[in-house]
Amino acid sequence: MWGIVRRRFISNLRTQIQSVVYASGFYSSSAKQMTVRDALNSALDEEMAADPTVFLMGEEVGEYQGAYKITRGLLDKYGPDRVLDTPITEAGFTGIAVGAAYHGLKPVVEFMTINFAMQAIDHIINSAAKSNYMSASQISVPIVFRGPNGAAAGVGAQHSQCYAPWYGSCPGLKVLVPYSSEDARGLLKAAIRDPDPVVFLENELLYGESFPVSAAVLDSSFCLPIGKAKTEREGKDVTITAFSKMVGLALEAAEILEKDGISAEVINLRSIRPLDRAAINTSVRKTNRLVTVEEGFPQHGVGAEICTSVIEDSFEYLDATIERIAGADVCMPYAANLERMAVPQVEDIVRAAKRTCYISV
Amino acid sequence: MASSFSTFNAIRPFNLNTPSHENASISSFKTSLPFLGSTQELRPNLLTCKSPSASSSCRQSSIVAVSDVVKEKKVKSSSSSPNLLITKQEGLVLYEDMVLGRSFEDMCAQMYYRGKMFGFVHLYNGQEAVSTGFIKLLKQEDSVVSTYRDHVHALSKGVPARAVMSELFGKKTGCCRGQGGSMHMFSKEHNVLGGFAFIGEGIPVATGAAFTSKYNREVLKQADCDHVTMAFFGDGTCNNGQFFECLNMAALWKLPIIFVVENNLWAIGMSHLRATSDPEIWKKGPAFGMPGIHVDGMDVLKVREVALEAVARARRGDGPTLVECETYRFRGHSLADPDELRDAAEKAHYANRDPITALKKYMIENKLVEETELKAIDKKIDEMLEDAVEFAEASPFPDRSQLLENVFADPKGFGIAPDGSYRCEDPKFTQGTAHV
Repeated sequence: MWGIVRRRFISNLRTQIQSVVYASGFYSSSAKQMTVRDALNSALDEEMAADPTVFLMGEEVGEYQGAYKITRGLLDKYGPDRVLDTPITEAGFTGIAVGAAYHGLKPVVEFMTINFAMQAIDHIINSAAKSNYMSASQISVPIVFRGPNGAAAGVGAQHSQCYAPWYGSCPGLKVLVPYSSEDARGLLKAAIRDPDPVVFLENELLYGESFPVSAAVLDSSFCLPIGKAKTEREGKDVTITAFSKMVGLALEAAEILEKDGISAEVINLRSIRPLDRAAINTSVRKTNRLVTVEEGFPQHGVGAEICTSVIEDSFEYLDATIERIAGADVCMPYAANLERMAVPQVEDIVRAAKRTCYISV
Repeated sequence: MASSFSTFNAIRPFNLNTPSHENASISSFKTSLPFLGSTQELRPNLLTCKSPSASSSCRQSSIVAVSDVVKEKKVKSSSSSPNLLITKQEGLVLYEDMVLGRSFEDMCAQMYYRGKMFGFVHLYNGQEAVSTGFIKLLKQEDSVVSTYRDHVHALSKGVPARAVMSELFGKKTGCCRGQGGSMHMFSKEHNVLGGFAFIGEGIPVATGAAFTSKYNREVLKQADCDHVTMAFFGDGTCNNGQFFECLNMAALWKLPIIFVVENNLWAIGMSHLRATSDPEIWKKGPAFGMPGIHVDGMDVLKVREVALEAVARARRGDGPTLVECETYRFRGHSLADPDELRDAAEKAHYANRDPITALKKYMIENKLVEETELKAIDKKIDEMLEDAVEFAEASPFPDRSQLLENVFADPKGFGIAPDGSYRCEDPKFTQGTAHV
């Protein structure tokens, strides 16, 4: 399924396709373009301005302007009391942030990559996620853990894992996976205002991508509902679910499938926990075929959960086996060609969709 | 130990150079026991240990206070006479709290063996002086963070015995509605922030609570916010990375926190001396830029002296303190621990230094109270515990519907209004709180 593929030339072609999709479907052609980086930065800025209990904590978030420049300008604006550069002690500072959240402050903890959050995972799960339950709602933890998740380009095995399945299996956490700038802004604002722990999984390769944003999105009160997916593209033959960077690939695949006469519906999950099972099932009941796409490891992944949910709820509606596209079942290799093979590509999605339609590939 | 309640035996001023005799004792320790294969080789010969310069496998029986300020205070108070460390009222409060702690834990053991309590139960017998000495100096708004050995910390902080007992029985009326259990005591009202099963997990959380106090004062401009946080943990935790990370950050940001090490020499069956390269934990404080104090944790009055100073330091804004309390747990690590590795002589040595008997003796000898008053307190506590057990027995188990409750503060997630509509679709929402 995720075997050897020829490399496609992405960059300009893809961005153009996407802006056409957006511009034609949903927004006026005079919509402003905003990168995901700016979307996150503006969301943090606005939330910190609105609520003095919101503060940032992480490595290099202050003077370095953020390891990926997400927090650019915030130190100058809010001062070192609210934008804290920490020593390299994930377990320590994550625990400190959780302790502060116990007392009603709203920390936004940045991990340089979510891989580094493994050093702090005890605090994310045991002291943040479980505390509301263990204390019978006496103590809630209004904290956000954010950082780039999943594969980047050539960063090797220890910097490339996707953690959506791990965090997605824990009760007590909300897990969000934005794709576009609108997602990034809306979901981050909702996450900061939410009184529960939220794991906010971004993607490094998406930071520089531009998406059109409408005036409503730019409003400082804009936020998106947590736990609701978005149908990026309507279709009637096959449902493709994806999240984060894979949404872009799914949209490209949908374009290619269109030319072959297959109308694909692309669902941007936006939220891994709670998973919008209703939206997925409604879509599958309409199209009768499903392809799940994710970047992470296949076993016990997000796709596995979606497959089971659909089998449990919409079994009779399925006309073909569910196709599950995931990363290769190995840790991320370094060599560029091997890395390409280890991550789903557009062709994999196209082939899988065709297989569900019983069209030979 | 007749002089145990008088002035400190040995006081050294705070300096960063390790005194020479310690170097000698440590190097002799190292050459005589090159590798600590087993606990057998380590039986501390406490009964013959006399002076601080003996092998450091003996615990120092003198108290070493490192802080200069404490030394000053001592000098002042020893010049006036006759000086008692507490008033009668304070003494009664301390006595009652320690007796409550001891009796509660004994009752827990009884209930466990009768099958009313289950799972992991870690008892605090013998260490009451630390809990009482420190926590009784706190206000309601100050926070306490503990480990799984947290029943007595919760009681000292003011959580009612009934609520703690019900929680242990797993009943609906427990302080966490039966959802937390022995190891997860939380009380928002009394600012008991847990109750953590992983050792070292509570230390960063406590540091965060202290951080909030500083943030409230400096960023949210609540000028009178001087809340202090106390983190209680054991000797085993002091080898854990999170401990050092928090010592660093607390000193770096001058947080109002007191790190209280309850060094009872044993981490389940692992002797502190087998696990630690330098067993003197108080020394790790100055390495990070905060005072490190070593105090006799079986003596509630000494603990209280040190605690007063540490709390005052934190409230003033002078930053954190590390206090190592030499103490001992009379029972095993938990009620499931057969406690076979500890030497009977060691246990007897510490049983002779029972903090409750010592305080009682002090108060009676110094004519602070009559024996009858103390007996009245004992009786009162017994009755309180009987009542707590009856209350817990009579309380109902949680309803089945409670299983899925309390997972989230806001199950729908922000972005979805209470009536189910999406906030972003409400035209009035743009008049909300956010502004740039």
